[in-house]
Amino acid sequence: MRLITHNMLQCHVKGCNKDNFPLKLEEIEIEELEAEFNADFIKSMLNRLDWKALAQTTFSLGIAQLPEEMPEELNDEMLQQLHHILLEVDITSGRMVCQGCNHVYPIRDGIPNMLLTESEV
Amino acid sequence: MIKLKQLESLLQDVDVFEKPKIQFEQYPTSAHIASRMLYTAQSMYDDIEDKIVADLGCGCGVLSIGANQLGALYNFAFDIDDDALAICRENMEGFEIENMDLIKVDVETLSLRDKVDTVFMNPPFGTKTHKGIDMVFLKKAIDISTRAVYSLHKTSTREHIFKKAKEWGVSCEVVAELRYDIPAMYKFHKKKSVDIQVDFLRFAHPDDQE
Ligand SMILES: C[S@@+](CC[C@H](N)C(=O)[O-])C[C@H]1O[C@@H](n2cnc3c(N)ncnc32)[C@H](O)[C@@H]1O
Repeated sequence: MRLITHNMLQCHVKGCNKDNFPLKLEEIEIEELEAEFNADFIKSMLNRLDWKALAQTTFSLGIAQLPEEMPEELNDEMLQQLHHILLEVDITSGRMVCQGCNHVYPIRDGIPNMLLTESEV
Repeated sequence: MIKLKQLESLLQDVDVFEKPKIQFEQYPTSAHIASRMLYTAQSMYDDIEDKIVADLGCGCGVLSIGANQLGALYNFAFDIDDDALAICRENMEGFEIENMDLIKVDVETLSLRDKVDTVFMNPPFGTKTHKGIDMVFLKKAIDISTRAVYSLHKTSTREHIFKKAKEWGVSCEVVAELRYDIPAMYKFHKKKSVDIQVDFLRFAHPDDQE
């Protein structure tokens, strides 16, 4: 799972609608991938992502220190860094914890498990 | 854009379920049908290239992989079953797809922070024990998308679906009528396979209508 996907997922336990995004990544293992650089891809993708959550998550994982707000102009260096963050960081295991209700979503074999138990639906 | 024939032949290389599970209605969309669904979506409606795409009940991933071949920006593929997701992942790796992730979830409870552009799916039609799952998938697909939903539904449900689409504020168009050959994985089917009438439908959100 890439951070792009982490940036789209939110807690969906019934009744949990406060602090349900972003989910906190814990005890994760990261595999570094190598992907082809494509500036247009990064720019298009950024339009769809929540920058704040991305900055917060990459900071807490110690991957990058992004500015708090998305810069208006993205220079080459920044694009390269974002390329790495978005496409080359693969989370293979660990868990995502909801900061609102503490629900734990495990990640195994690179796949987040968003299934709920019956009482949470 | 690649040709329809090319797309179909590529999709023939997508591996399918090893041990299909009846309760999840696991049968793959054929390369023939999948390629036509996707090709139509891109060539007639521009719903794939540079778009964020979701695949609900992705199974072995034929629809996602096809969407990727037609230039999707990113692909989120959701399924409830580990075994299906494992095969899907192998397929992804086989096709060297980088802009796609898999998520294990029950589509019924799925919620996303932001909407995707287009949804592709071949939802479970619903069985005796799980009635209405087709409509659960459809409602969810419409809720999480901003442009269009492409889906396959039993022709016998067409009128009901048209009514619901209207209620949900989306347009609905029968793109093609298909004969769909479902393998007889269901014990109550005596024949080897059953042919059913299926509609290939496109649902469009209002902003996207001319
Ligand atoms: C008819 S198959 C289609 C598979 C694949 N999309 C294709 O076109 O080849 C339906 C898929 O939906 C999945 N599925 C069934 N119920 C589900 C649910 N409640 N949530 C998520 N996936 C589900 C099954 O595991 C199966 O892979």
